[in-house]
Amino acid sequence: MTQPKTHSPLFHSRMNTSASSLRKFSLWAAIVGLGVLWFGDTAIITRDPGDIFRQLFFGAITPSISTCEQSCYTAFDPLINALLTTISFALQGVTLGAVLGAGLSLVFQHRIVRLFCAVIRAIHELFWALLFIQIFGLTPLTGVLAIAIPYAGTFARVYYELVDETDPTPVQSVSPKHITLSLWVYGRLMQAWPQIMQYNRYRTECAIRSSAVLGFIGLPTIGFHLESAFRQGDYSESAGLLYTFIFLIATLRWWLRSRLLPIYLLMSFLWLPPIANFKLSTLWRFLTVDIIPAPLRQSPFQGDQLRVWFENIVLHAAIPGTIETLGIGLVAFPLTGLVALLLFPLASTQFFKRHLTRYGEFLLMISRSIPEYILAFIVLLILGPSWIPALFALSLHNGAIIAHLLANISNNIRLRPDATRGINRYGYEVLPRLYRQFLALLFYRWEIILRETAILGILGLHTLGFYIDSAFETFRFDQAFILIIITAIMNIGADQLSRTLRNRFKLNNTPYELSS
Amino acid sequence: MTSSSSSTRLFHLENCLLGYANESVLLDVNLTIGSGERIALIGPSGSGKSTLLRHLQGLLPDVVAYCPQHHGLVPMLSTFHNIFMGQLANHPFWYNLLNLIRPQKKEIEAISLVTEKLQFTSKLFTSIDQLSGGQQQRVNIARALFQNRSIFIGDEPTSSTDIYQGQDIISLIGEQHETVIFALHDIELALNSCQRIIGIKDRRIAIDAPSHTLTVESLSHLYQSHNQ
Repeated sequence: MTQPKTHSPLFHSRMNTSASSLRKFSLWAAIVGLGVLWFGDTAIITRDPGDIFRQLFFGAITPSISTCEQSCYTAFDPLINALLTTISFALQGVTLGAVLGAGLSLVFQHRIVRLFCAVIRAIHELFWALLFIQIFGLTPLTGVLAIAIPYAGTFARVYYELVDETDPTPVQSVSPKHITLSLWVYGRLMQAWPQIMQYNRYRTECAIRSSAVLGFIGLPTIGFHLESAFRQGDYSESAGLLYTFIFLIATLRWWLRSRLLPIYLLMSFLWLPPIANFKLSTLWRFLTVDIIPAPLRQSPFQGDQLRVWFENIVLHAAIPGTIETLGIGLVAFPLTGLVALLLFPLASTQFFKRHLTRYGEFLLMISRSIPEYILAFIVLLILGPSWIPALFALSLHNGAIIAHLLANISNNIRLRPDATRGINRYGYEVLPRLYRQFLALLFYRWEIILRETAILGILGLHTLGFYIDSAFETFRFDQAFILIIITAIMNIGADQLSRTLRNRFKLNNTPYELSS
Repeated sequence: MTSSSSSTRLFHLENCLLGYANESVLLDVNLTIGSGERIALIGPSGSGKSTLLRHLQGLLPDVVAYCPQHHGLVPMLSTFHNIFMGQLANHPFWYNLLNLIRPQKKEIEAISLVTEKLQFTSKLFTSIDQLSGGQQQRVNIARALFQNRSIFIGDEPTSSTDIYQGQDIISLIGEQHETVIFALHDIELALNSCQRIIGIKDRRIAIDAPSHTLTVESLSHLYQSHNQ
């Protein structure tokens, strides 16, 4: 039983609990985040942020939708066009991505396929779009491919893992040696089918968000109209567009039915055939000339110039861009966690009655419906480009996603009848039980946070996306290409790190709603 | 049997139907419990003992120290914190949060007194998920004792400890509380440690008598199933 003790518990300050390593990690994450924030750019550079805020707020409470003045079937043609385009890109992109991903998942056990998929999904949709615009122009093909290609990489991995995690005994008991295709379909694929369908649904929602954001670089989705409304200072119009978009996402589960999908898909192909008028010579030129480092193109090849070219990119774009991206990512990590922990009780029946948690769920739904990019864009209008819009957008969007999942988990915890209530329940009963899953979710999200941070550079923050966007704008495609590759390497590194840390803290549950 | 004349009446149930959808249901419960009583609840598993105890706890939640069978301890928190949870209602929330982050010396001392009585001191800062079933059960009892309340309601509080520890713990609980209500599966222990036995069979109270009028044999019929 108990040994005669050699030390009094009074001097026993070292906790030996299974939560203590997680606590220590969280403390360090917070310290690092605060430390990095100290060096970060948090200056407000707009002249009168209060005034813009008032205008935005006024717009938010007086939403409007611009109507069509000439040659339209209905008054709402521009909005309907934008919505249909947004959905078309998303549905076609996600379908093509799923088909390609399903094919890749069958050969995913090969290392080279894994690497290929890791690379294509490490490049953000917006970067793919910027590349394809050079070849196909602002065409539907660009929009569909920009979504389909990175999504294919993700689908391949998730499909493979979902099937891989199913129970192998049904197949083995029928025929342990020779596994035919139909046996595999019956014995393995069908086990994972419900999760696969659920994941497809989730990714479709993501694709609609991606599609909206593609509008910010010129494709005719709702983001395009949103950006021009904001830029013209027509904040009622932008509020109207934003509310419509949120409504579209919020009602997904009612109108996006898998049985209706073939019809939607057919309609979207008729509405917006994924084609582009492009010359093969353009494609050829882009691949063999434009993205080749400039010094390599010169006929007497000079090694010196290549070195200078590369040094220039590394010193003046890659390194400062990576530092800025990682810096924001390191602050956003604990901040996102904090937002999630503060928000989830609002939607949890452990703390509020069922009819009240619906409001909390609604709040979380709105926060996660708006893509980071759009949230950052709005805050940037008020405060100007600094870390603050990025941190606000990243932590609110991702924090709301984690909070939503935490609320669901917490609703399933059964407490004893004499359990305490309120803040005591939060600190003693619920938080300790959730914490492991919370950290796992946060690690999954961190990889996505970094991807998005790089992208926010297009808005004017000096993350990697800024340097990539500037290179595109000045037609230095060779530099843009190498920077995109560097960004992809950083994302793959973050993915690996997140995996290592999850294993280290034994956080191995796989919430697929979170993988990107 | 009714409560002894000198005590105040704590619980009084008349023709009650107890239980929810996923619990065993008890019918026609007629029961009066006064302060100072030592009551053992016996009967086959699934007969509704837990339902009755949970109901009694719910009637006087602020004076009952409750020790449920599914102890509901927080697995990743330390023994110290799980015991301290018994006193959460007596402190402001900021003090509780402070004590969660950094155990306060005063509380460590107070809790050490309780764990010493249960001969269980070395695992104060170990988390529950690293303890054995018997150790977890003692944490559960320590938490109830730490509440310093007048009524103890325990559902098989000693089922995972050995016989001698069980007897010690039962008498310790008896010393610390004015009124004690246990569900026990050990009939001998029930007869030795309590003055009143309530036996449940076929979803009804079948026996309610002073323990000196009962024997192990006379109670065995509670556990015999019969065809109706």
